[in-house]
Amino acid sequence: MRNNKHSFNITFYLLIVPVLIWLIFMIVIPHAELLISSFQVEDDNGDMVFSFGNYIEFFTQKIYWLTFVKTAAYSIGVTLLAFIIAFPIAFYLTKVTSKKNAAFLMLLLLIPLWVGELVTVYGWMVLLGDHGVINHFLMTIGIINEPINMLYTNFSMVVGLLYMSMLFMVIPVMSTLQSMDDSLIEAACDLGASKWDIFTKIIIPYSMPGITSGAIIVFMLVIGDYLAPNLLGGKNSLWFTEQIYNDFLQTFNWNEGAAFGFLLLMLSSGIIWLALKLSGQKLEKVGA
Amino acid sequence: MSLRILIAGAVALTFSSAAMSQEALKIITWKGYALKPIVTAFEKETGIKVKVTYSNNEEMIAKLRATRGAGFDLAQPSQDRIAFVQKKYKIYQAIDFTKVDTNLLIDSMVAAVKKNTEVNGKSYGVPHVYGTTGLIINKKQAPGANDWSDLWNPKYAGKISYRLKRPILIGAAFAMGEDPFALYGDKKAYKALINRVEKKLIDSKSLVKNYWTSGDTQVEIIKSGDANVISGWDAKGWALHKINPDIDFVAPKSGALGWIDTFAIPAKAKNVSAAYKWINFISRPENAALITNKEKYGTASKDASKYLEPSIKADFERSFSKADIDNIKWHPPIPAGFDKIESKALDRIKAAN
Repeated sequence: MRNNKHSFNITFYLLIVPVLIWLIFMIVIPHAELLISSFQVEDDNGDMVFSFGNYIEFFTQKIYWLTFVKTAAYSIGVTLLAFIIAFPIAFYLTKVTSKKNAAFLMLLLLIPLWVGELVTVYGWMVLLGDHGVINHFLMTIGIINEPINMLYTNFSMVVGLLYMSMLFMVIPVMSTLQSMDDSLIEAACDLGASKWDIFTKIIIPYSMPGITSGAIIVFMLVIGDYLAPNLLGGKNSLWFTEQIYNDFLQTFNWNEGAAFGFLLLMLSSGIIWLALKLSGQKLEKVGA
Repeated sequence: MSLRILIAGAVALTFSSAAMSQEALKIITWKGYALKPIVTAFEKETGIKVKVTYSNNEEMIAKLRATRGAGFDLAQPSQDRIAFVQKKYKIYQAIDFTKVDTNLLIDSMVAAVKKNTEVNGKSYGVPHVYGTTGLIINKKQAPGANDWSDLWNPKYAGKISYRLKRPILIGAAFAMGEDPFALYGDKKAYKALINRVEKKLIDSKSLVKNYWTSGDTQVEIIKSGDANVISGWDAKGWALHKINPDIDFVAPKSGALGWIDTFAIPAKAKNVSAAYKWINFISRPENAALITNKEKYGTASKDASKYLEPSIKADFERSFSKADIDNIKWHPPIPAGFDKIESKALDRIKAAN
């Protein structure tokens, strides 16, 4: 009995130690160092002194918080669009088409993810350019005479962001829809509910946990993305991550960069908290 | 049994690769500087393995700063970005010029780089390649464009692109008839000048198609026809000219901006002797000419011209008249703190509507 308990302890420690080492060295220590450096600024002698200056800079310089507001607003917009596009796909894959078809279609959805974001972004550049595939096609069939300016605009940026993040909405929604009993829909039909009622009063509430976790993932991916805004975004599309990148790599102001990184973490977590409150969802339930 | 062999094999592999990596020369450099044939020849001659990491000025500094000058044996920053970085972060070690075969290099260039990278009486850079930043123009679509000011010329509205980094601020300042380099000693006056340039670029922002961000996007935007008047590097312009004769590099009337990329040795380099070997190897005329023939950058190697293809000379003479050469503005070392003034301005331009 005693022995048994002892061996349980050893296994327990063997399992927990790698996790702890990982957590401490890869997550806690680097973040702690960044947190400390975010509270430091350089004084006139070039020494590091404690200060809230980096955080104050964010709130007093219009350009910084405006950039953040713009980034957040676009991220929320992309999340909504991702839901609108992904929900019918998820519904079709789980409830309408056969299992075999669904597996094949799912594979097609996964392929862009394997190729990598950078390659898909360049793919969109080829498609959307002034002399790109889409403009060329539209001009050949005579719908337009002058190329439409699509690349390097907010439109192309949203397309890129949507394309990269959509799948992360499809999968959680699919998994909740899969567990939904079809007889619920049949019963509603038998009782004379309209399609709209079935959709808004049965399907949506049932898949809400999936939608919420999908929305959280998409929102976080989009607000923290760098490639799509940088390469597809237009001349006005300063994304907040670019601001952080600039702090670290262009001006070597790591302290301000660290502070902005933490602001991004806190503000985006705050937005998610607010969204959960407003939609009446609980994080524990969403995770399950 | 087979498992044991597998483990033994894995262990042997780990150790042998560890032994190899001790020997290896780790270079952080720009694309096109450590060419494959040169790496292969160097490995054959010296038995030292070469590991190349591609980067740019900003990233090189950030990476070396993060490790306090470790992880690489050789870096290739531009000569104007060494002194202030060294003063502040101490990421390089001084060059031992007795180990560099300076006879292979153009004397005036060695002297200039020596002077510009000097910190406390020691120098931190050896010249490698040079070039200029100017304009790349589609001459069929925009025949008249020949100055920085054409980057805000309404004639080319919607077909203009440049990189939103410090060269555009400097180039624009020259086009506005100012001399930004003369103000390097006067921070206040420089700030005022940058503010004027900022206003000019914000006012003309509606004419810009997009800001390009890398060597690849630079080539892409003019090759695809999305833009006809862009800022760019001479070597890229000449490479494009080969593909599409309508496109060419043009030295701006108010002065092309000259840069020199160097060799610098990080403070905690492990394989310093190999780094010097590489510098001397790549500076040999036949090796230096290989880079220039392929990538079209000018070389600091003295006798490389013997090995150059005739097209290199033709490219240069097409873009640079005698007056253009005399008018090249070579970047002096950037004073500390100036990068902050510029980057705030660049942020505001990018965010402006």
